[in-house]
Amino acid sequence: MYNTEVRGPLILGNKSLSQITADITSPLYARPKFWWIVGMGISSIMMLLGFWAIYVTISQGIGTWGVNNTVGWGWAIINFVWWIGIGHAGTAFSIFLLILRQEWRSSINRAAEAMTVVAVGCAAIFPALHMGRIWDAFFILPYPNTRGPLWVNYNSPLFWDFIAISAYLLISASFWYLGMIPDFATIRDHAKSKIKKAAYGFFAMGWRGSVGEWKRYEGLSYILGGIAAVLVVSVHSIVSTDFAVSVEPGWHTTIFPPYFVVGAIFSGFAMVMTLMIILRKIYKFEEYVTNAHLDKVAKILMFVSLIMGTAYLTEIFTAWYSGNEYEIFTFFHNRITGEFTKQFWAMFIFNAIVPQLMWFKKIRSNLVIVFIISILINVGMWFERFNIVVTSLSKNYLPSAWATYTPTFVEIAMYIGTLGIFIFGVLLFFKYIPMIAISEVKAVNKHQVKK
Amino acid sequence: MEKQWRSIEEYKYGRNREEERGTEALHKNALLDVLDSKVVDASGSRRDFLKLFGFSVASAAVVSSCEKPVQKAIPYLIKPEEIIPGKANYYASTFFDGTEYCSVLVKVRDGRPIKIEGNHQSPVSRGGTSARVQASVLNLYDDARLKEPVLSGNVISWEDVDRWVINKLGEGGHTVLVTPTNISPSTSEVLRNFIQVYPNTQWIQYDEVSASGIRDAHFDLFGAGVIPGFHFDRAEYILSFDADFLGTWIAPVEFARDYASTREVTTAHPHMSKHIQVESALSMTGSNADERIPVTPQESALILGYIYNAVAAASGFPFISVPPSVISADRFVTDLLENREKSLVVSGSNDPEIQKLVAGINYMLGNYNTTLDLKKTIQLKRGSDQEFQEFIVSLEQGEVDNLILANVNPVYSLGGFEAMKKAGFTAYIGSAQNETSQACQLICPDHHFLEAWGDAEPVRGSYSLQQPCIHPLFNSRAFQDSLLKGAKKERTYDELIRFWWENVIAPREAESNENWWERTLQAGFFNSGQEPMAASESYSAPEVVLNPVESDLVLTLYTSVGLNDGRYANNPWLQELPDPVSKVCWDNYLSVSLADADKLGLEDEGVVSMDGIEVPVLIQPGQAKGTVSLALGYGRTKAGKVGDKLGVNAFRWVIGMDGYRAYTNDRIKMEVTGKTYPLARTQTHHTMEGRPIVRETTLEEFREDPSAGNEFHLETEAHHQTLYPEAKFDGYHWGMVVDQNKCTGCNNCVVSCIAENNIAVVGKEEVKKRRIMHWMRIDRYFSDHPDNPKVFHQPLMCQHCDNAPCENVCPVSATMHSNEGLNQVAYVRCIGTKYCINNCPYRVRRFNWYKYIKNDKFDFNQNSDLSRLVLNPDVTVRERGVVEKCTLCVQRIQEKKLEAKLEGRVLKDGEIQPACVQSCPSGALVFGNMNDPESKVSKLKMQERNYYLLEQLHTLPSVGYLTKVRNTEAEPGKSPDSRTAEPAGEEQHG
Repeated sequence: MYNTEVRGPLILGNKSLSQITADITSPLYARPKFWWIVGMGISSIMMLLGFWAIYVTISQGIGTWGVNNTVGWGWAIINFVWWIGIGHAGTAFSIFLLILRQEWRSSINRAAEAMTVVAVGCAAIFPALHMGRIWDAFFILPYPNTRGPLWVNYNSPLFWDFIAISAYLLISASFWYLGMIPDFATIRDHAKSKIKKAAYGFFAMGWRGSVGEWKRYEGLSYILGGIAAVLVVSVHSIVSTDFAVSVEPGWHTTIFPPYFVVGAIFSGFAMVMTLMIILRKIYKFEEYVTNAHLDKVAKILMFVSLIMGTAYLTEIFTAWYSGNEYEIFTFFHNRITGEFTKQFWAMFIFNAIVPQLMWFKKIRSNLVIVFIISILINVGMWFERFNIVVTSLSKNYLPSAWATYTPTFVEIAMYIGTLGIFIFGVLLFFKYIPMIAISEVKAVNKHQVKK
Repeated sequence: MEKQWRSIEEYKYGRNREEERGTEALHKNALLDVLDSKVVDASGSRRDFLKLFGFSVASAAVVSSCEKPVQKAIPYLIKPEEIIPGKANYYASTFFDGTEYCSVLVKVRDGRPIKIEGNHQSPVSRGGTSARVQASVLNLYDDARLKEPVLSGNVISWEDVDRWVINKLGEGGHTVLVTPTNISPSTSEVLRNFIQVYPNTQWIQYDEVSASGIRDAHFDLFGAGVIPGFHFDRAEYILSFDADFLGTWIAPVEFARDYASTREVTTAHPHMSKHIQVESALSMTGSNADERIPVTPQESALILGYIYNAVAAASGFPFISVPPSVISADRFVTDLLENREKSLVVSGSNDPEIQKLVAGINYMLGNYNTTLDLKKTIQLKRGSDQEFQEFIVSLEQGEVDNLILANVNPVYSLGGFEAMKKAGFTAYIGSAQNETSQACQLICPDHHFLEAWGDAEPVRGSYSLQQPCIHPLFNSRAFQDSLLKGAKKERTYDELIRFWWENVIAPREAESNENWWERTLQAGFFNSGQEPMAASESYSAPEVVLNPVESDLVLTLYTSVGLNDGRYANNPWLQELPDPVSKVCWDNYLSVSLADADKLGLEDEGVVSMDGIEVPVLIQPGQAKGTVSLALGYGRTKAGKVGDKLGVNAFRWVIGMDGYRAYTNDRIKMEVTGKTYPLARTQTHHTMEGRPIVRETTLEEFREDPSAGNEFHLETEAHHQTLYPEAKFDGYHWGMVVDQNKCTGCNNCVVSCIAENNIAVVGKEEVKKRRIMHWMRIDRYFSDHPDNPKVFHQPLMCQHCDNAPCENVCPVSATMHSNEGLNQVAYVRCIGTKYCINNCPYRVRRFNWYKYIKNDKFDFNQNSDLSRLVLNPDVTVRERGVVEKCTLCVQRIQEKKLEAKLEGRVLKDGEIQPACVQSCPSGALVFGNMNDPESKVSKLKMQERNYYLLEQLHTLPSVGYLTKVRNTEAEPGKSPDSRTAEPAGEEQHG
């Protein structure tokens, strides 16, 4: 179907099926490499720092953060949105490309989905901890109770948010796990150690690879994919309503849902790019994750970057066109110029301008540059969230209440902690889960073998 | 202690309680085991016992309410008639701290005074209080209070004190007794008794911030050393020279009420006074002026001299010799002459020469007997600088053997008091520790004013009574009792005060004397009704020579609205109270004008070394060029855990000029240090950015169009529409109106709100992080040029929006709307997402960032078992992690509603008064039911001046604001709409 001369083969090296299995599963059987152990060590230290920050926050209070009575949300919410954005890629990648029958996705989607699950997990830490009374967090669940009964407020975007994220995490994790079942079965069948056999056997849920099972597997994939496709759009739209439903200047805007979804896809794809460049390099998966694959991701990034730029300009234009002095102040005197001008231009340049370099094939095919760009995009996307959260809150309607915000070490430590969790999770994934969907790659490879 | 009573029956039948005493003492002693042993020894009546009992129960309840375990709360076995648990009793009393007088109502809950309210029946203070009066209740529960009599570091008994003192004084040495200004007639009698026994005693009244210049000027001109009564309400033209008469000068509460009454502008009465302020530092009073002239103190004296001569020329009086002034004062002269008999010139200077000019101008304009009064003279500030100076000299020469210092703090306020060591015997009588008490051999704890009897005559012919509202907490004794004991008198002070009132102050008519004492005590004040004799009828024109003084830089010292002269330094409520103009708290700082800062290379929040003392700098718009200003009252060293080591002691720069304490100093040397010192500011952006926040107009424009300056309101009203059914409130719909023309920014409401609602003090570092907890804040904006800006004060509490943005974003419905239009927070439901804080366009919601109670990191009033007794049991102490905000004092609303319901009647308008409204000295705040078209609040909202803050957001607030009207000429080419007002160039924070 895709094996035209124009597009070239999806998997290089003319692999046989058993070769594919051997290539992909080899890290699972090999002894952990030195860099892997070092990576685990560093990420564990980062995690410990994060746990310390969490302990301080819970034991002493949100006062240990830099937020105040004017800027009620700070790094926690910035990082929450940032992680959720990154957590978008996996599912978006799999689902949209699955629905669009873009089979080149098959070499990348496993890693992207793993990333999603870890990132959404990291994201979930922040809204929980930014609550003043985390021990009463269960109030947000609409459960039958004897308090009245006291019900949640269905008007509140935070409640929608809670529902959307938990649903998204659940579906993403299920989708990811479902995709791994045939691969777990393969490992179960190949593994020599009994523990591995038992463990992977447990997760393979007795998969035998019968036609019936494949049929159900495919069917379920499409069903979950269908649900997840909706969630991919809804989750970040709903995260955006946390802002858009408010009255804050710079927040109260209808562009936010699409803007947030596109932004999330953007940062997610950039993270996928970062991760895949590392992964194919260290595990020598260049034949599975080919340059052509990365080129496609790069083109997507470039295109999404155009949308981002358009969104930024639209926001600014709307602020000016509205004639609303508060909007104008926020955009023109607190973002483009003013106290937060550095953060604004970091966002604009990294997200809307730098990725445009990839119009040039030379740049696009230079993986070092692409790697740097992908990192810059994630930095830029972090600043985008900073811009949204902090600039609007710091100077809104009454100048008497204007204040600024600087994070404390506790907030920074907590962010480092989630980075640690992310690296830790990804490293575990590298070691214990086939990084590329073996069964799907084989299916893609099939066309080529036929030829 | 004298028994307290509320009803005549109680008073009459409570007398034969001797036989009841025996059994009661048993009960009392058994139960009092739980209390401090010091308290047990003190004698008391049944009522005192019950108060103590209630006190202990309530403290147990309050202390336990913060944590889950419930401590013992024992119900009354036999309930006393006058105490209903959970219901407050109010006692009329008197606040006088040596500088400031107020007639107050003390709210006593279960035996504890917890709040001070204004006494609206008082003819003097008329229901107003100041921030300091509001905060004084916390001083009752101050850890820094003196608890036991101490002699040279050893705790001794009162008997030993008396024996020792009588011995000492009996030796016959020269004794000097220093007290603050005394306005109590009965205390004067006590002192007379004392001096009779020890004729070698000299009594000196000492004012830290003196006004003896006014008294001596009046002595020279009128032959009577008085401070005249000021009637700002009768003044149509007020010309004030450096007098902060709304903030701290002499009797600010009275003056604010009078002044505000001339600032009430309606379409029916489109008139208001014109107020010109000539001053160097931008004071709170100056910030309210229609026109303000920033000049140096020397220049201000020259202007005064020029005006004197011009008025003298117009009135046929002799001239004085004055060098020419730079600023033309002709228009002031024209205005003053136009407003003969209805103008008022005041000066805050302590220089008698200047005060002579002021008195002379007022006399020539015929203001005495209209806006000034030599009959009802003000009795405050009686200290004579010259007398005190002579005393210091004699002390230094070793002529004083025994020195008794009562409630004064010269060790601090003289910037050192080495001469004190020359006295053979030093004793301190006072209620709290300070620098002076630490330096004295004998310390005699005095009662706090809420524990003590007392009386006052703040204005000639107006008397005021003070009654104890709680049994003394510590082993203290009234100052007067100490003197009576020292004088070997049998009579106690409470007996004496009643005797004195019934025999000296009581009216002569027999029929009105029945229950006179009871009635008076209940009312808290007494007016003889007879017009007092004028202090003087004669006048002799002053002979004054003003000499030009040249200096580059003058330091002016002022009393701060929070700390006054430093006596409240250990009060965390007042330390955290932002200055009305600079919005800085927890520190004093050197205010420097923008021009001088450029010239001297000073930066905002930089540090300068002034005569070797490091002081932080604040660039203050409106500060006169060539002057710098520093607040008195900071830099205490022995005030207690809160007040020590905050700021610098500015009293060191107070100098003696011809025997008068001068609060300006032109001999300062200043060096830039290059250090920086961040100040704790509650507001860091000072312009309105041209937004229609405080809307203003001029009187002239208002007369033409009452909605001048308020066009935006009309525009918004025209756009008012909604797709949803509008919220309807059956029954009550609470609302408030803030008259920005009457509000002076005095901060009384802020402290009143803190006291009523148990608001936590967070400390300097947290204020810097913008986490102050005040529910009520007063925003202050500048506009026009920073050299002489227009200033706006805007009190801001929760606006109780009918379309509240905070309500719909709370995921757990912790904040919701009541059916009476109140925006409420259920603290137990709040999980602290802070979304409501972000979505409140007014930023009035406050988050509990830390646990502020019982937390050593916040070692203020809520970290002390004693200070927590001030907590209002009607208001929850908020837990860490929840959001809180103004409730419009919902507990007061509920209380009055219940009262009305039990009595089967409808609530009267004005019956419910939230804490901020109750004691507002200028009457700028009005609360009421908006559903009642006849209520005051509804009528005010019908005015053209009314608008709502950020009304374009369609939040439909319940709090209305009335436009500010300035009595200035309309500036040509400038739209009255404040949106076009130019933002001031001054910007201290981006």
